[in-house]
Amino acid sequence: MTAPTPGVPLTKAAPDGATAPTGDGPQPGGAARAPRAALPWRPMAGLAGRRLLAAVPVLAAVTLGLFALAAASPFDPVKQYAGDAALRADAATLAQLRENLGVDVHFTEQWWRWLTSALGGDLGDSSTLRQPVAQVVTERIGWSVLLCAVAFVLAVVIGALLGVAAARRRGGLLDRCVTATAYVLQAAPPFWLGLLAVWLFALQLGVLPAGGLTDTDSDTVTAGSLLRHLALPAAVLALSQTPWFVLYVRQGVLDALGEDPVRGARARGLKEHTVLYGHALRSGLLPVLTLIGSRVPELITGALLVETVFSWPGIASATVRAATASDFPLLAALTVLATLAVLLGNLMADLLYGLADPRVALEEM
Amino acid sequence: MTAPAADPSAAEGPGGPPTPASGGPWSAAASARRGRRDHRTLRVRTSVVLGVALALAVLLVPLLVPLDQQAVDLANKLRPPSWEHPFGTDDVGRDVLLRCVYGLRVSLLVGLVAALAASVLGVCVGALAASLGGSVDRLVMRVVDGISSVPHLLLGVFIVAMFRPGVWPVILSVGLTHWVSTARIVRAEIHSLRSRPYIDAAVSGGASRWRVTVRHLVPGVWPQAALAAVLMVPHAIWHESALSFLGLGIPPHQASLGTMTEAARGSLLAGDWWPTLFPGLFIIVPTLVIAGLAGAWRERINPRRRSELML
Repeated sequence: MTAPTPGVPLTKAAPDGATAPTGDGPQPGGAARAPRAALPWRPMAGLAGRRLLAAVPVLAAVTLGLFALAAASPFDPVKQYAGDAALRADAATLAQLRENLGVDVHFTEQWWRWLTSALGGDLGDSSTLRQPVAQVVTERIGWSVLLCAVAFVLAVVIGALLGVAAARRRGGLLDRCVTATAYVLQAAPPFWLGLLAVWLFALQLGVLPAGGLTDTDSDTVTAGSLLRHLALPAAVLALSQTPWFVLYVRQGVLDALGEDPVRGARARGLKEHTVLYGHALRSGLLPVLTLIGSRVPELITGALLVETVFSWPGIASATVRAATASDFPLLAALTVLATLAVLLGNLMADLLYGLADPRVALEEM
Repeated sequence: MTAPAADPSAAEGPGGPPTPASGGPWSAAASARRGRRDHRTLRVRTSVVLGVALALAVLLVPLLVPLDQQAVDLANKLRPPSWEHPFGTDDVGRDVLLRCVYGLRVSLLVGLVAALAASVLGVCVGALAASLGGSVDRLVMRVVDGISSVPHLLLGVFIVAMFRPGVWPVILSVGLTHWVSTARIVRAEIHSLRSRPYIDAAVSGGASRWRVTVRHLVPGVWPQAALAAVLMVPHAIWHESALSFLGLGIPPHQASLGTMTEAARGSLLAGDWWPTLFPGLFIIVPTLVIAGLAGAWRERINPRRRSELML
């Protein structure tokens, strides 16, 4: 059983250049290290450009799909737009409104009109918020991005640390606790976690505000109050995203611990800390990096629920308001925005992966 | 599947006793492996017991227990958990345990129907794309990419907003968003099956493309497709409860795990935690039960991938 394993390192390329077996001389290590000296801007830009081109048909198709769904909807967009006033308005006014909104033509023509004006920056008017959609988006997107970014960074850092700690001794007490908690948290709905967090931290302990962006007695946003109001929603969103990272990092590190670079590092007598964080975590993170892009939809989903629980004035809570009133222009714009975010996330993941793993050629992705 | 001896967990059924370790049972590694395996057996058994208990509760309680889940009892509102009301009562005095069972019933029904619809759609599209190949395959996969780049809940919100909130729009929204992963799995599996000798044999035997697909390829992927369908059930339950929580799913008067959490927000802010806590647990426990059983099943059909749990 033990005879064939030591022979493998000589034939198999090691994942990172620094720990490559030195039996064949310095060339393989040197060749792998060379491109890391400077960022490969040209291939990165090429990849970004190709993805951007590929995103155009996807976005066009997604919007067309949304218009098709809206065309199949039993709701009358004119009555939706007019709200209560539709009950009092006479037929001529409604007909005029109908013509102004241009909802009587086939949905492909509506879609084309929307697309051409959207390229000019006009996304239509939101009927629930009585504002142009573009204004709603620009006012709110900052808060959503802030919340998601803080939560995501928290989740990645905590996930990586706990994942390594759990993988350190497989099947140990810490590993079992972390894994079990991760499974439970992964199954828990974020809105439920948010409500329990409100109960514990805002009501029982009274240390953090239960929601909103400012205290009730002021309406200016200061850094201190922002931080206090951000703490709970960001923590809950991070908590709902962490299990996934923990489980994947743990698995990646466990796989890496059995591989040759780690065995080589151990054989050279490196400290356990260096082996774990410098070698095992590094190669264990690679598969996670490729999948980070696929987490953007989950992040948006989580934000949608967490923002609702904490009345965070971001884009997601506007989505829910728009949805309860069937506000098509706002919903369509927000869905397109989310799709764009997902595509960007995929691009970021691919770029990161290409940078982190010298074996991956960005030109081929 | 080609090397049955390599899969130790295949030998043990969910209820059966753990079989003796195969190969080198006295080494330290084998004993550690055995420890892990006992651990897994325990997990599977717990899942079976909890799953049976929940299934019995969901099926039998409405038939056997003569209590009305909608019965309002304002004299007993917001009672904390006690022997009479194990999960307490909500803000109009309804028993939380009873409503949780009814809510799970609705959520499970939505989850099962939606997962079934999504899986059937996914298998059909995946099989069609893979067996037709060429430009159809590319087109279908672009559509799949497009749909999966819209966050599912957001697309679900859009669908429900454009139609009326209710049980069927929720099922529609889950079904229309979740089939893409199944389609991907089925397509990939069929692509790998296509080069197998038995497919070559069928083709040289004169079978038509349709016959090869329906008789030889689809039966070959059904374990994976069924596994994906089972794992989709908790996903669909989750989706339904999220939509209902946002006020876009099941109508508020009907008990579902999401509407119960939504309705409990008011009493939670007054400090009463039980109407919020228990519906959430009723989402978590079935999810873990299904994931545990599906994980054990996956280890049997595909012993290599046991790490990731698709929730």
